[in-house]
Amino acid sequence: MEITCPTPYNEFDKIVLAHGSGGRLSERLIHDIIIRELGDTYINSAHDGAVLDIPGKLAFTTDSFVVTPVFFPGGDIGHLAVNGTINDLVCCGAKPLYLSLSLIIEEGLLISELASVITSVANAARRTGIKIVTGDTKVVERGKADKIFINTTGVGSIPEGRIISPQRCTEGDVIIITGTIADHGISILSTREGLSFESPISSDCAPMNEIAELIFSITNDIHVIRDPTRGGVASALNEISHASGKGIMINEADLPLNPMVKGACEVMGFDPLYLANEGKLLVFLPGKYADDMVSAIRSHPYGRQAVIIGKVIGGEPVVKMKTLVGSTRIVEMITGEQLPRIC
Amino acid sequence: MKYIDEYRDPDLVRKLAVKIAGSIKRKWSIMEICGGQTHAIMKYNLPELLPPEITLIHGPGCPVCVTPLEKIDKALVLASSEGTILASFGDMMRVPGSSSDLLKAKAEGADVRIVYSPLDALKIAISNPDRNVVFFAIGFETTAPANALALIQAARLELTNFFLLSSHVLVPPAIHTILSSDDTLIDGLLAPGHVCTVTGYGDYIDLANKFNLPISVTGFEPIDILHGILTTVQMLESGLHEVKNCYSRSVNSKGNLHALKAMYDAFEVCDRQWRGIGLIPGSGLAIRDKYSAFDAEKHFPINNMISKEPEICIAGEVLRGISRPSDCPAFGISCTPEHPLGAPMVSSEGACAAYYHYKLLH
Amino acid sequence: MCLAIPGKITGFFIENGMKMAKVSFSGVIKTVCTEWVPEAKIGDYVISHAGTAISLLDPKEAEETLSLLDEIN
Repeated sequence: MEITCPTPYNEFDKIVLAHGSGGRLSERLIHDIIIRELGDTYINSAHDGAVLDIPGKLAFTTDSFVVTPVFFPGGDIGHLAVNGTINDLVCCGAKPLYLSLSLIIEEGLLISELASVITSVANAARRTGIKIVTGDTKVVERGKADKIFINTTGVGSIPEGRIISPQRCTEGDVIIITGTIADHGISILSTREGLSFESPISSDCAPMNEIAELIFSITNDIHVIRDPTRGGVASALNEISHASGKGIMINEADLPLNPMVKGACEVMGFDPLYLANEGKLLVFLPGKYADDMVSAIRSHPYGRQAVIIGKVIGGEPVVKMKTLVGSTRIVEMITGEQLPRIC
Repeated sequence: MKYIDEYRDPDLVRKLAVKIAGSIKRKWSIMEICGGQTHAIMKYNLPELLPPEITLIHGPGCPVCVTPLEKIDKALVLASSEGTILASFGDMMRVPGSSSDLLKAKAEGADVRIVYSPLDALKIAISNPDRNVVFFAIGFETTAPANALALIQAARLELTNFFLLSSHVLVPPAIHTILSSDDTLIDGLLAPGHVCTVTGYGDYIDLANKFNLPISVTGFEPIDILHGILTTVQMLESGLHEVKNCYSRSVNSKGNLHALKAMYDAFEVCDRQWRGIGLIPGSGLAIRDKYSAFDAEKHFPINNMISKEPEICIAGEVLRGISRPSDCPAFGISCTPEHPLGAPMVSSEGACAAYYHYKLLH
Repeated sequence: MCLAIPGKITGFFIENGMKMAKVSFSGVIKTVCTEWVPEAKIGDYVISHAGTAISLLDPKEAEETLSLLDEIN
C-alpha cells in the first residue's frame, strides 16, 4: 500500500496565516526571505535577544510605521521604518547603532512585495551602517493590517558634550531647516489621490545621521534637533515651544518649498506647514554659529537647501509667523489630519 | 505661481494699506461675503494692516456652514446604507450632524470617499455599477454648475446608480435677508469673486440700489482683498452706492453664460433653509423634474428626519455678522475644532474656525 | 468659498463626450472640464474650481489691475 504524504506547499506567492504560526512555514519565511534579504545588515545571534556592548550614554527610541500606500514615489515603508528611527536617534544627539525590526503582516500580502520592503530595509540600514540585531514576525488575518505594519526600535550612543532636548531651547536661538518642506506629505497624498505631476514628487525619506555629524563638527552647543514628521514643521515647533515655555517666530518668506509641492498645496487647499517631512531636521542653536552651520549643512546632498527660518523669542509659548505680506499670525497645532477642500 | 504670487507682493500690500489709511475719515463696517475671503483675511492677518476705523464682518459665504443639519443627517444615513458609496468634498467631512459626522462614519466602516470634483463621483459610479453612489452636492453658484454637469452627464450616460444629495444656496437672496434685518451694521460689501465669475454681478447692482450701499466684487489673494476694501472705502467716503469690479481678470458683468445654462438646465430656484439663519425664499436650487431619477431624496427613504442643533451655538448670529465668534460662551471652551458644536467651527473658512486657527494677536 | 486657482492649459482631450483639458498648476497636472470656456486655447490660463474651468483668465485685465494699484500714491 502506498501512502502518499502530501508535502506542504513550499511555493507561495502570498502570505498566509501559517507564515506567522511559528512552524516550518514561519521559519522558511524568516530565513528564505527576511534574513536573506537583510544580508550583512543583520547580526544573527540565534538568540531570543541581542546582547550588545554600548559605550557611554544610551539613546533609545521606538516608532511604528503604518503608512498607506506602502510604496510611494521615492521609497516605501521599509525605508521609512529604518530612516525614521535613525532620525529619532539623531534628534537625541546620538550615533545610531542597532535596530530591532518587528513586522506585522496582513494575510494576502504578496511575497514579492514583502521581499521588496525587506530589501529597502536592508538598503537603508546599509547606507548608514546601522545593524539589525533582533526582530519578530507576526501574520494577522486579512483586514487587520494595511498590508504591513513595521515597528523599529533603535539604540544609539550619545558622545560626551551633546545635550539635546526641547527644554534647552533658549531665547535668541536661531532655527534652521535642512531643506524643502512638505515633500513627503505631498508625495503620499498625491499617490493616494491620483494627482499627477510633470515630474513626480518624491518623498524626501532619508537618514539624517551624516548631516547631524556635520552639525556637531561645527559645535556641540546645539540645543534642539527635531525631525518634523507627522504634523509637519508647525507641529514640531509647537511641541518645542510648549515643552520649553518659549515663544518662536518664523518667516513665511524664508520657508523653502519645491514649486510643485507649493502648486499641489494650492490645488488641494493644504498648508505645507502641517505636512510630513521624512528627511529633514529642525536645528536650534546659538545665533553665532548659524551662518557656518547653514554652509556646513548645504555641503551635504540632503541639505542643499538648508536655510534659517526663524528664531526663539521672548514671551508666551506660541509659534508666530511673519506672513508673506508683512503681518504676523499665530501658527496653531492642527486638529486632526488636513482634508482637501473646495471652499 | 503665475497670477497668484503677484497678488501676494508685500510692497504692493503695504502701499494699499497706506492708501486705505489715508482715504478713511470715519468708521465703516464692511462685510466680506465669501468664506474664502474670510480664510485669506485670517491667513494673512489683514486686520493688522488695516486702520482701526475699519471693522470687517464675516459673512455667510460658507456653504458648509449653512448646509441644513438634516442634510448632514441624511448624508450619514446614506453613507451607512448597505451597498452605498457616499462621495463628498473634504469640507463636509467634519461638519457635525445631530449625533455624528462623515469622518466618524468613515472610521466606523461606512464607504465615504473624498472627491475634488463631482465628475470624480461620476467616475466612481461608472466603475462600481453594482453599488449606489451618492454625491453630497453642496455649494454656491460657483459649484452648482459643476454639480449640474454631473447630472447632465449621468443622464447622457444613462447611469442608474448615481444620485445627488443636493444642498445648493444662492448668495444674493441671503444678502438681501441680512441687509433687511433691523440689526444690520453693514456699510459696504465685498462680493464673492468666484460666485460672480459664474453669475456676473447684476444681482449685486440691484442690492446696491435697494439698500444704498457700495459693493466691490473682490478676489481672494491679499492684494485682491485690500483692493476691494480700498474701493469700498473710497465709495463710502464719497457717498457712492455702486458696484465696482475689483476682480476683472476673472469676472465680467454677465458671468459665464455656458456655466449658467448648465446650472439652470439641471436646477431650478426654490426656497431654502440656511442653518443658523432659517428659511430664505428663493435662495436655493432644487433638482429639476427631468433629473429626478438622480435625486437622492426622491430615491432613498430619507425624509422625515428630526434634527436638533445644540442650543448654545450662536452660529446664526455669527453668520449674519451680528456677533463675533468670541462673543459665543462656548467659543474655545466647549466648542473647538476638535469638538465643534456648529458648522462655522469646522469649516476651514467658517468664521469661528478662522478666528480659532489663525488667532488674531490682539 | 470657492477655492479656485489659475492654471495653464497644456492640452485638450474628450472624455465621455465632454471637452477636457490637462491643466498645469506650477507643474501639478489636473484634468479640468473646459466645456464652459470654449474659446480657451493651449497656453491660456483658466480659473478652475471643483474640476471645472469657470473662466478664462484675462491677462490684460490682470496686468492693468496690478499697474493701476502700483501707481497708487
